[in-house]
Amino acid sequence: MVTEQLDQLQKQLDKQQQEHSVSQDQYLTFFMAGEEYGIDILSIQEIRGFDATTSIPNAPDFIQGVMNLRGTIVPIVDLRLRFGLEQIPYGDITVVIVVKVKLDEGEKIIGMVVDSVSDVYSVNQSASTKAPDVGEADNREFVKGLVSVGDKMVVLLDLKKILTFN
Amino acid sequence: MKKILAVDDSASMRQMVVFTLKKAGYDVIDAKDGVEALELAKKSSFDAVISDVNMPNMDGITLIRHLRTLPAYKFTPLLMLTTESGTDKKHEGKAAGATGWIVKPFNPDQLLAVIQKVIR
Amino acid sequence: MSIDLSQFYEVFFEESFEGLDIMEHELLALKPGSKDSETLNTIFRAAHSIKGGSGTFGFNVVADFTHDLETLLDQIREGTRTIESEHIDLFLKTVDCLRDMLTALKNSEEPDTTVANDISRQILAILNDEGTPSSNNTAQSGPVEPPSQSQDHSNGGSKRWHISFKPQSHLFKTGNEPIFMFQELADLGQMSIEADFSHLPPFHDLQPDDSYLYWQIELIADCEKEKIEEIFEWVLDDCELEIRCDDADLPDSQADDITDEQPVEVEAAPEPLIPEPIIEVAPPVAERLADTNAVSESGAAQSKKAESTSIRVSIEKVDSLINMVGELVITQAMLSQYSEGEFTENRRMLMLEGLSQLAHNTRELQESVMQIRMLPISHVFNRFPRLVRDISQKLGKKVELKLLGETTELDKTVMEKISDPMVHLIRNSLDHGLEKPDERLAAGKEETGTVTLNAYHQGGNIVIKIIDDGKGINPEVVKQKALDKGLIQSSDELTEQEIIDLIFLPGFSTATEVSDLSGRGVGMDVVRRNIQELNGTVEVSSERDVGSTFTIRLPLTLAILDGQLVTVGKNTYIIPLVNIIESIQMTPDQLNNVGGDMELFRQRDEYIPILRLYQIFNHDGAVENLTQGILVIVDSEYGHVGLLVDDLLAQQQVVIKSLEANYQRVEGISGATILGDGTISLIIDIGGVISLAGLKKHQRKQTRHMAVS
Repeated sequence: MVTEQLDQLQKQLDKQQQEHSVSQDQYLTFFMAGEEYGIDILSIQEIRGFDATTSIPNAPDFIQGVMNLRGTIVPIVDLRLRFGLEQIPYGDITVVIVVKVKLDEGEKIIGMVVDSVSDVYSVNQSASTKAPDVGEADNREFVKGLVSVGDKMVVLLDLKKILTFN
Repeated sequence: MKKILAVDDSASMRQMVVFTLKKAGYDVIDAKDGVEALELAKKSSFDAVISDVNMPNMDGITLIRHLRTLPAYKFTPLLMLTTESGTDKKHEGKAAGATGWIVKPFNPDQLLAVIQKVIR
Repeated sequence: MSIDLSQFYEVFFEESFEGLDIMEHELLALKPGSKDSETLNTIFRAAHSIKGGSGTFGFNVVADFTHDLETLLDQIREGTRTIESEHIDLFLKTVDCLRDMLTALKNSEEPDTTVANDISRQILAILNDEGTPSSNNTAQSGPVEPPSQSQDHSNGGSKRWHISFKPQSHLFKTGNEPIFMFQELADLGQMSIEADFSHLPPFHDLQPDDSYLYWQIELIADCEKEKIEEIFEWVLDDCELEIRCDDADLPDSQADDITDEQPVEVEAAPEPLIPEPIIEVAPPVAERLADTNAVSESGAAQSKKAESTSIRVSIEKVDSLINMVGELVITQAMLSQYSEGEFTENRRMLMLEGLSQLAHNTRELQESVMQIRMLPISHVFNRFPRLVRDISQKLGKKVELKLLGETTELDKTVMEKISDPMVHLIRNSLDHGLEKPDERLAAGKEETGTVTLNAYHQGGNIVIKIIDDGKGINPEVVKQKALDKGLIQSSDELTEQEIIDLIFLPGFSTATEVSDLSGRGVGMDVVRRNIQELNGTVEVSSERDVGSTFTIRLPLTLAILDGQLVTVGKNTYIIPLVNIIESIQMTPDQLNNVGGDMELFRQRDEYIPILRLYQIFNHDGAVENLTQGILVIVDSEYGHVGLLVDDLLAQQQVVIKSLEANYQRVEGISGATILGDGTISLIIDIGGVISLAGLKKHQRKQTRHMAVS
């Protein structure tokens, strides 16, 4: 069931990425600890279920380990821990969003563990507003803005900030 | 098809000569110095030999001298590639038994014109 | 037919750069006054090839520049001129200049001829020093124009030519064929030819090799006499040739009645030389050296840009690879066949055999392909004689460079990347290590200092040592400097070695302290980092007034590793097999403690520090009891060290994958690999683990000391 959902979402994602229009940004949204977050779909490489990871010695707690993505070694970040939230056990419906981000040291492929994925939305660029705190106060820098979609609020995340861990 | 042996220690020259001659319809074997050339010449018979003068291990003029001692190459056209426009090297070459010479630098057409003076 | 010569350019450039390297190498080995014809000829040939090739392929700037160079080199190799040190220096400058010019041409840019012109003037000055040059050694560039020999038949139109061709009997032995000459004549116009049999001997006197016939040729053609002479150019020595034009009764006929040689070209008398402004052939030393240095710097920089991204492979190697691939294909086909149909026990056996065969094929192929990337370190060593010479001259020091282990092989990429760090270390030795001649004498040493480069294989690594017999590193100076820069506290207690190691700290050397060498700052930290990026290490050891030794260790290849799989808790790690001495299970009587903080394993007469990997890596659930785990004893730059693991798994060859690509550098881990079951296993970096464990060298010394007592 999860795989079907993922397939559907992947198809939608591909379609959206192809039809990307200039005046609108498109976001994939996902859930984490009851909140809905969005990330720019252009940075998303794929969405998959969680697979075994190999832990990295002496790494920060939010680095779950590394995963084999068709021959490439990809670090997996537990987003909850990254945000200082409590980690929940991984299960069949745990999702990993694999993104490609341009960091200072270069382009990296990194996976993020989230609770579940939601949908893909188009948002007018002008629509986002400054965001309030999320979780701990330190997390403010992870947030790019806030946008209302329909009747809910989606927190837009800055992937570069989240995935830079030096 | 006429068979030519091309000798030069410079790979780029060898390539150019081989390419040019092959394109004109000759069968071409190349060697990088006189020693290698002499070996090849003994193993198969060539209709003409064209060789650079300045090469390691055995220079062109010595090569020509040796080739002339082989019965199979008594009358074979043996040509020298030389950069000197002075007559010394040419005389030395002729004394060793060379048929003629081409002065470097030359272009592909000049090469072919010269080859046609000795084999057709 | 038009042939595109540009297809040969790449080979020309490659061989020219190689030729320049050879020229440089030989020039550096040459002593002034040398008559070593082998060396001189090699140098000549290198220049000669470049001249010939550049002319042929249209790089006239280079061809013109090398013309006089070749003339001078020819004089020297013939023995008419003895080689002096000023010649050697000039030739070295020429090599640099040619490198720059060829690099520019290779990048489809206009070469800068300023330096070339300057050098040309100097060469000409040398050539013209010697009275009247012999006719072959004209000190001019450009082709020699033959003065026109024929009368001026300024009226165009056909002329009637009478040609009398009387070859000598040996004509055929020159390889010339009269019939081709006649065909060429016929191509010029209308020709009629008559053979003269008058000199034919009686039949039984006939030598079949000899030529007896003479020919009279009538030719109606619109051409000049030169055209006809050209056709007979090669045989002029071997015949009597008369060429007469019917249109006028000219002295031509007598002038042409020759019995000896008639050269088509005549040496032009050497042009009277325009008095040159006084050229400083030996400019003030410092300036010249600065020049040389600048040129050699640019030469080096340029040649670095021109570093080829290709490798020369012998045909035999390629054939051997083709064979191996062939075998691989056969094995694959075989396995494919076995997989069809019913899967019986017999079939299973066959498949297992096939798989074993496959493993063998693959391994062979892999070793062979990797071997292609291995080149002898001489490729990078060859850069240094020149470098040492230039720098030592500039610094006013006398240095001898010794090269050992030049045939030691390493991966091409590793070699390319180790070149710069080595240059920096050698520079450092020359600048800070070696003393000036008078200082050395005062210290009771020989005037000439020595820098030795030594390369050899050790385990799965290549070791490169850079040794100088200079004044060594002064720990007091280093300590003070580190204090000044706030890199250490005055309260820090450091051993002498630890102080010396401070030079590797970032921020230790700054631009202001950089030597007068080239104004470029080279921190040792940069050197170390570059070496670490190659999965290598660099260390220094030094003794006051005796000298310093830098030791670089690099893995032989970057991509593949033979590893021992081990478990630590729930994790599987890989220890490079090449570093493993042995793995054992310890017994309580072999254990020892020193001062409480270091656990040791006593083996025979050695005490080996035990590193608990689960502690270092912070893993839970591992075996903590020393006698229940396995101790993997490894070799490292710190000596023998024991790594405590839970258990040993298989040994296998793994492909090293980068952990840094998507993550970052992890201390204690050198890379990762993907195992057969798809899981990732991390490869242990022994040096890193030792650092993490906080095992300092002084502790090692302590254990050594214990062993001795």
